[in-house]
Amino acid sequence: MGTKTRVVHYLNQFFGQVGGEDKARTEPFGKVGPVGPGALFQQLLGEEAEIVGTVVCGDDYFSEHPELAAETVLALIQGFEPDLVLAGPAFNAGRYGVACGTVCGLVADALNIPAVTGMFRENPGVDLYRRSITIVETAATALGMREAAERMARIGLKLAGSIPLGPPAEEGVLPRGIRRNYFAAETGAVRAVSMLLRKLKGEPFTTEYPLPAFDRVAPLPPIEDMTAATVALITSGGIVPKGNPDHIESSSASRYGRYDIGSLDALSPRSHETAHGGYDPTYVNADPHRVLPLDVMRDLEREGIIGKLYPYYYATVGNGTAVASAKGFAQEIAKDLIRDGVQAVIISST
Amino acid sequence: MRLELGRIRVRDVVWSRRTFLENGILHVNRDELVDRAGAKDTRIASIDAEIARPGEHVRIIPIKDAIEPRVKVEGRGGMFPGLISGVQTVGQGRTHVLEGCSVLTVGQIVGFQEGMIDMSGPGAAFSTFSRLLNVCLIIEAREGLSRHEHEEAVRMAGLRAAVYLGEAGRRISPDELVSYEPGRSSGAHDGRGDLPRIAYLYMLLSQGLLHDTFLYGRDMKTVLPTLICATEVMDGAIVSGNCVSACDKNTTYHHQNNPIIAELFKRDGKDLTFAGTVVTNANVTLKDKERSADYAVKLLEMLNVDGVIISKEGFGNPDADAMMLCARLEEEGIATTLVTDEFAGADGQSQSLADTTPRADALVSVGNANEIVMLPRPEIVIGNERIIERMAGGQPGSLSEHGIRAELQVILGATNELGFERLSAREE
Repeated sequence: MGTKTRVVHYLNQFFGQVGGEDKARTEPFGKVGPVGPGALFQQLLGEEAEIVGTVVCGDDYFSEHPELAAETVLALIQGFEPDLVLAGPAFNAGRYGVACGTVCGLVADALNIPAVTGMFRENPGVDLYRRSITIVETAATALGMREAAERMARIGLKLAGSIPLGPPAEEGVLPRGIRRNYFAAETGAVRAVSMLLRKLKGEPFTTEYPLPAFDRVAPLPPIEDMTAATVALITSGGIVPKGNPDHIESSSASRYGRYDIGSLDALSPRSHETAHGGYDPTYVNADPHRVLPLDVMRDLEREGIIGKLYPYYYATVGNGTAVASAKGFAQEIAKDLIRDGVQAVIISST
Repeated sequence: MRLELGRIRVRDVVWSRRTFLENGILHVNRDELVDRAGAKDTRIASIDAEIARPGEHVRIIPIKDAIEPRVKVEGRGGMFPGLISGVQTVGQGRTHVLEGCSVLTVGQIVGFQEGMIDMSGPGAAFSTFSRLLNVCLIIEAREGLSRHEHEEAVRMAGLRAAVYLGEAGRRISPDELVSYEPGRSSGAHDGRGDLPRIAYLYMLLSQGLLHDTFLYGRDMKTVLPTLICATEVMDGAIVSGNCVSACDKNTTYHHQNNPIIAELFKRDGKDLTFAGTVVTNANVTLKDKERSADYAVKLLEMLNVDGVIISKEGFGNPDADAMMLCARLEEEGIATTLVTDEFAGADGQSQSLADTTPRADALVSVGNANEIVMLPRPEIVIGNERIIERMAGGQPGSLSEHGIRAELQVILGATNELGFERLSAREE
């Protein structure tokens, strides 16, 4: 006889049969066996799994005492010794969605067991948690309960049995926003011609990469008095001290370097080189100023056109480097520069 | 312009006392191949040649270019016009193709961005070249040579070797004869006016400094977008001279066998009219990008097309050209589909392209080049495995006793943006 998968179900006060908005401050409690929609879930889970307990918490209580609620709910769940946790579905209920997302994340991290929730695509919990947990896509309201429960039960059993999930669209799961390679049935060329013909005929087609909306930064007003400004140099052109001491990668850089130029008047092929793998380094290695114009900056400093040059420069390799990495570097570098009173930065790319 | 391609299926390549093709076996005199490839070019110190076959436990690294041996049997001009042959316009008559084999230029690295091929194992799934009989030329350049001279010397040696091998197919009766004639179904004349008129917009990387492509021997940087007959490409009118990342550079082999051109010919007169091919460049300055985008769009408007397939080469900087082309064509009411690869980070969580426009709403993704691959140690290495640590997509520590752990980027043609392979990426 195989043992049944032990399932704990998390619900809010409404689905947990306590009451409506007036009961939203209900403190967390546990109950043996299924409650409310739990009966439907139990029916769908079948013989393989048993809802051994239900944990209920009011939506307001969860959002007003996030840490305490999370801790108590987790302890109650743990008390039932589950193999799988199902939370919700929350449909388009915002506070409930965030609570379900928090519970699933905690369960995965602290108990190391699978957890599944269900939400409507626009539930605020989706944006907060879709990267880290499994969220089944549901309708906006409880009218979609049956479909949501079917999906959650099916996905839950798969995860509990360590069966890999198929592509999100096929499983009915909201994508985590991670790009993964796979082999399509046809070559890219064949797919391109077919897609264009569908587009021209006005038939539905799906772009294979929906372009993101880019983060645009509004420029600051110009500096009024450059003669008093401290200016820093940053480059994504890979100029590093000879030997590349920080081992910045020639492509897909995972790091940047901060290098002292306080006592340098100029760079030379003996002192500096590029680590960049995306362009021909011949000319920049012959004269690194072609990418990092230290010589000109020193002239400007001597001529009093700028106040002074910041004594360090920052360098990374902007070649196939993930935008997320570059953003991370920039946030760290900006902290240094603001702390040290730098007013302007010249960024040279290649 | 009608070109007949006679495909001769090559089943094996063997070293022999004389170079000839018989019963699908390409016999090659190794010394003569090396002599012809080198052509007494004083920039080359030495050339060696090896054969790598599909399924063998062989890794080839670093590879600069791949070229398919072909021979012009009838019609004007010769193979690789402007570089090997004269500058007569090619693309008509008859050309024989030694299908199933290629010449690879290997040997000392020119730039960071050269590639590798595994003939078996997990890496072999990603590249057409793993399924070809590869004649590898290991070319060592004379010391003190500039990178640009080095690149040119190696490129020319590869082309000469392919022409030399192609000659073996001149008098062979092909296994298959296919005729290509663009505009055969011109719509207006044959009652097929209801089919959508589709053109192909062919972006060629032309950033200079080891990122160049040649059209009839002319550096694409200096050329305005222009019309080309799709059959000219089959005769080697476009040659790769670039050392950009291996995964998405269009090698000369890819140009010779352009899969978008093949697909448009296949469907010409059935569900579309293949209205023409425009080649454009991907230069580095904004002024050049705008000039080329405008000019290319004008040519496509003159062709009176409904839709355009755009192919790309490289990533990052050329993303800007690609987006400009999509946006301007769509503004003119011409529908576009763009083939591109992605650089979404090893974890797949970053945005994939360096530029964007809301008008590029039909993209075909040929894969995330940043995804990590594990490539176990082969028995034989042709070339030098250590170079992986300096290649784009590799890093210090990429090579260990377990093999190579690097980004897919290192595999030649893995995310080819002509849509050569089946690889794609999706959101999970």
